[in-house]
Amino acid sequence: MKTIKLDLPLAEKQIIQIRSGDFVELSGFVYTMRDAAHKRISEMIEKGETLPFELKDSSIYYVGPTPSPDNAFPFGAAGPTTSDRMDTYAPIMLSNGVKIMIGKGKRSSNIVKLIEKHNALYLATIGGAGSFLAKKIISSKNIAFKDLGTEAIQLIEIKDFPCIVINDSHGNDFYRGLSAIAP
Amino acid sequence: MKKISSEQIIDALQKAVIRANVSLDANIIAMLRNAIKKEENELALKILNILLENAEISLSRNTPLCQDTGVAVLFVTIGSNVSIKGMPLEKAINEGIKEGYEKGFLRKSIVSSPIKRINTNTNTPTIIHYNYTEGEEFIIDLLIKGGGCENKSALKMLKPSDGINGINDFVIDTVKCAGAAACPPFFIGIGLGGNFEKCALLAKKALLRDVGAFNSKEYLKSMEVELLSKINKLSIGPMGVSGKTTAFSVAIEEAPCHIASLPVAVNIDCHSHRHRRIVF
Repeated sequence: MKTIKLDLPLAEKQIIQIRSGDFVELSGFVYTMRDAAHKRISEMIEKGETLPFELKDSSIYYVGPTPSPDNAFPFGAAGPTTSDRMDTYAPIMLSNGVKIMIGKGKRSSNIVKLIEKHNALYLATIGGAGSFLAKKIISSKNIAFKDLGTEAIQLIEIKDFPCIVINDSHGNDFYRGLSAIAP
Repeated sequence: MKKISSEQIIDALQKAVIRANVSLDANIIAMLRNAIKKEENELALKILNILLENAEISLSRNTPLCQDTGVAVLFVTIGSNVSIKGMPLEKAINEGIKEGYEKGFLRKSIVSSPIKRINTNTNTPTIIHYNYTEGEEFIIDLLIKGGGCENKSALKMLKPSDGINGINDFVIDTVKCAGAAACPPFFIGIGLGGNFEKCALLAKKALLRDVGAFNSKEYLKSMEVELLSKINKLSIGPMGVSGKTTAFSVAIEEAPCHIASLPVAVNIDCHSHRHRRIVF
């Protein structure tokens, strides 16, 4: 199986070349965000407030990590959370320039269309591989919402972070190509 | 009369929550190895091998298998000749959970209200079910239950005429809907009968069974075998990338029910099935 190594952020031309079903390893900077941070960012956008970071061309990882027990890595376990809960917020995130979303599980058909429209990507990493994925995160810095604890936004640097491309910029859906999962 | 101090309970629980979160059961490691032997899809193989490596890293670095260190669900079996000294039992249990989550660098995932959604920062209050028996038995079954797979669980009040086919269809539909998001290969607990709330509890209780063991009642065992085979034929596979193993086990528990009812509950647990039994 071929592994495609990618450095973030990706250029428009690179995104177009990536296809659903590709196995990729990402390196670069990503923001952690899950339910509570999405809700706050969406509300800030609606109110026209200044955001704590630039959404344009950003990559988001749906994760609520555990604290690190040592100095080796910033987190103890840092696997993905279920992406479909973020489907409520993904339209506003995509229309404000988010290019890459990383999580687990399938997206709604509406989000699949929006990913195509905005020339973006949705990637799944390995659910439950918390300790393994934590070693692919080499630095972390708090950006906003410290009061949310594990749900705070962190800017993390990932290195050779493994993902499967689920939804590409051409409207393809890796899971829909497999018959087993309910529509 | 068997005397147990609240300190003993706190100490045993804090150790058990850390151990359950960090150390994958040897039987599940064997199940992963077996799934690797059978698997033909290259991507599914890669995922299964990463899950094995994840279990090794968790042990060596003392970090949780999954960042969702869950809600601790406890089934407490307490005999009539057991006396708890010190704190009330419920307080001691919550204290043990709180200590374990703090000492073990585990994630605190409980919000005080589903509407207000403020994190309690202790991973308590925890969820406790009591079972009263005779004698000096005092056992705590601890299940670390993640949110992702719990969210994909479901309950349906079937008609008695729906029968075994109706039960099978509902279980299969629930597994299909759970798909990749609930982290297959699954451990599936099924409750049959009782009433609305009893049925859900039976499904959870089914997850406490020793992994791979079948129900001692022959008719339930044959349903478990058939369902496991049907689920694996779905080919959802590890993390939904398609493959030979979609579920590791199906466990059914039943209870008497109303003449009008056939309640069915399906409680999905992810491949990171974290159960510990503490016998005092």
